[in-house]
Amino acid sequence: MKALILFAVLALPAAPVLACETFTLGDLTIEHAWSRATIGADRPGVFYVEIKNNGSADDALVGISTSAAGMPMLHETVVTDGIASMPHAMSIPVPAGQNVQLAPGGYHGMLMGLTTALKDGDSFPLTLTFQNAGDITVPVEVLSMRAEGPDCEHAGQ
Amino acid sequence: MRLTRLQKILWAAAGAATLAYGVLMVLPNRVPLETGVAFRPSFALPDAAGLQRTSQDFAGKYLLVFFGFTNCPDVCPTTLAEVAQVMDELGDDADLVQPLFISIDPERDRRLGLAEFTAAFHPSIIGLAGDEAQTRAAADSFRIYFAREDDAAAPDGYTMSHSPALYLIGPEGDWLRQFTYGTPAADILADLQSRL
Repeated sequence: MKALILFAVLALPAAPVLACETFTLGDLTIEHAWSRATIGADRPGVFYVEIKNNGSADDALVGISTSAAGMPMLHETVVTDGIASMPHAMSIPVPAGQNVQLAPGGYHGMLMGLTTALKDGDSFPLTLTFQNAGDITVPVEVLSMRAEGPDCEHAGQ
Repeated sequence: MRLTRLQKILWAAAGAATLAYGVLMVLPNRVPLETGVAFRPSFALPDAAGLQRTSQDFAGKYLLVFFGFTNCPDVCPTTLAEVAQVMDELGDDADLVQPLFISIDPERDRRLGLAEFTAAFHPSIIGLAGDEAQTRAAADSFRIYFAREDDAAAPDGYTMSHSPALYLIGPEGDWLRQFTYGTPAADILADLQSRL
């Protein structure tokens, strides 16, 4: 029985680890940077991430850039009176002491003009620009089209 | 077994609370806001291969209907991923449920490829994309909203706003309920299983 359990544990597919890494920029910690696989490069990709502001001053995510897409932009999915629309977000507030998620159904990065199709298991670098903290480049892990988020032990999503 | 008066009161209270809870759980989303009367949405739209599909073709099955567009990076993949999970977990009962993706951006979706998009989520999902009149007729029949919005920054200069819910149609074609955007797959699955 023990051997069976051990086998079951060892046989688990290797968990994606990249999206589970944590990056630090000043008072900010950044983790769970992921994207969804695309069919071809003609449709926009998406970018999700979790940002925690451990400091006492507010900050804001004001832009993203990546070699993977010609025109990456910040957007927010808004559902008002049962209608979903996706306005451009000039900046995403990251208030002091708070945790901000770019996650399905809310804030997200829209990666337009993909240079290549995003494939499950690939990763690409993406630079986040904050109003106060400055820039940080993190690896973004591409998960399957059906993914709802990275499978991290400590993941909050 | 004889119950004391207190026990009877407690049992009555528990029964009333259960009933009230049940009513509260069932009432929301049960009927469309505009009417209290059941209605039967209908559509006649070509699938990815050009074959005309109508609501009557699916009589006897439960339909999970989503209106969306394939260029949509956030809401549509999230919902279709949930539909895919529901279909997987239905097991043998999956034969009784037909998921449909109705394009509200049919011209571009045909150009970008409708079949490969739906197949990427689940092989059971049928994508439908008609012309403008057919699409508008289907949306009106489901009493849902969609609109093209000009956006210079968006791909091709426009994006779509739309009702992002998932609609459940019964085997007789009756509109049964909607699952609002973000309803977890487990909740959709549980609802379907209670009907199958």
